Amino acid sequence: MAGMQPRSSEITDERTFMRRRGFIKAAGAIAAGAVASRALAADSAVATNTSAERRILVHEGEVLHSQATPPWLVPKLREAVPGNFSTNESATPYEYVSQYNNFYEFGTDKGDPVENARDFNSEPWTLEVTGEADRTGKFNLEDILKPHALEERIYRLRCVEAWSMVVPWIGFPLADLIRRFEPNSNAKFVRFETLFDPQQMPGQRSRFTAIDYPYVEGLRIDEAVNELAFVAIGLYGRSLPPQNGAPLRLVVPWKYGFKSIKSIARISFLRERPKTTWELSNSREYGFYANVNPEVDHPRWSQGSERRLPGSLFSRSRTETLMFNGYAPQVAHLYTGMNLKRNF
Amino acid sequence: MGWLKPLTLVLGCLPISYCIWQVSRLYSGDAGILGADPAKAIVEFNGQWTLYFLLLTLSITPLRTIFGIPALVGIRRMLGLFTFFYASVHLLCYALLLLELRFGEILADLEKRPYISIGFAAYLLLIPLAVTSSNAMVRLLRKRWKRLHRLIYVISLLALVHLAWLTRSDYTEVVIYTLIVALLLLFRTLNRSWFERKLLMPFRRENPS
Repeated sequence: MAGMQPRSSEITDERTFMRRRGFIKAAGAIAAGAVASRALAADSAVATNTSAERRILVHEGEVLHSQATPPWLVPKLREAVPGNFSTNESATPYEYVSQYNNFYEFGTDKGDPVENARDFNSEPWTLEVTGEADRTGKFNLEDILKPHALEERIYRLRCVEAWSMVVPWIGFPLADLIRRFEPNSNAKFVRFETLFDPQQMPGQRSRFTAIDYPYVEGLRIDEAVNELAFVAIGLYGRSLPPQNGAPLRLVVPWKYGFKSIKSIARISFLRERPKTTWELSNSREYGFYANVNPEVDHPRWSQGSERRLPGSLFSRSRTETLMFNGYAPQVAHLYTGMNLKRNF
Repeated sequence: MGWLKPLTLVLGCLPISYCIWQVSRLYSGDAGILGADPAKAIVEFNGQWTLYFLLLTLSITPLRTIFGIPALVGIRRMLGLFTFFYASVHLLCYALLLLELRFGEILADLEKRPYISIGFAAYLLLIPLAVTSSNAMVRLLRKRWKRLHRLIYVISLLALVHLAWLTRSDYTEVVIYTLIVALLLLFRTLNRSWFERKLLMPFRRENPS
């Protein structure tokens, strides 16, 4: 399985990063076997122009939603640069990333969100910040994003349902966002809440759902400021499609996909651990941590392997699942001494 | 009503034909036709049609009583066999396309994943029904045939549990199918006593067919 790019601390500038990529390519060329050849093929797909500078992956085709990218976001997206975290696995094509979604607010079938979120309007967007922080209140998304330079991070996304994708997100570190609200020393947890808008989100009107809306997720504060935790406002060089969580969502790649909450409307800094939506819905099956862990099965299915999407009927797509989704070097230290079987 | 059987045969073959057409499109380069996860789409499609045919099979008895169309019973066997057929495709595609024939995992699934074991149990119970569906078997088993084929009620319940246990949050579909099955089964109990005596006996006396 292909590994991570080096940590940000190991990289000083983009040229060093480029050299590293060249090294990986060379290593791939020397190594034999299916994994190496897959990694090599993937590498050329990711770095579209290796002879010059590395560029971010951009979707040039049509989008399926009606809302245009807000004018203030366009120049920011144009200036987005490749970030320090990438992978040499091939990125899942835009069509699949944007048309195969778990976003129950827009329906429970994978194809429902792209249909039902077509006309979702997320402009203007207000983010409310509450709790143990010095700068709380309601903020306009445009104002919030102003000081943040955007970068691309190509992360693996491992769903709790045992499928996975590789997604080129555009955004900025969650730590940078959190710092701006100046959480105080009582802030031990961060709680995130999805927009509650039954008019725009038909799933929130369902009568027989086991989910109590609005959707809530949470992180320990040290998890939230980990270098991997990311706020995505786009993918494939474009603004986020609504079915992927427009206008801003969390991306915590070492945890199951449901932790990466979409369409965030509220952030709260708390003393106590918040109860999350899936925990409340079924605490036997979903825990607060939800770290990707091949050794701890979901009660109803195995987590030992996963199917990389898009799948093909004609070739195998099942691969072994890695501890922390392959991000152990960056995050394993957060859980030293913890019983991960119990704190699943 | 000689057209009823051929019509049922044609209609029953439509879903699998559609499925095969989609796969052939996928094979000839239409990558998006079954979405990001074609294997899962195919497994779910055939599972869905297994349930539809099961419900259709169960509805024959009530329909023919209510509307007085005895000929309907002629297609019940075919509907039952379609149920078995789509269940077989469903199971085969699951093992072949989703588990990619990792037998270790198939066995672990059967043992540990309740929704899989329930679904598999339902399938196993379908086998004797399919095997004994011929006229010769009906004659051979006589009264025992009727008792054996009451297994379909157990199978329906197992199928509903299978569906409920693989649902993650929204139970709307499960609730709807449970209501339909409940209605179809309830009819049979009512039919034996109240329904038949009060409503259908007078009707039957006039139409002794």
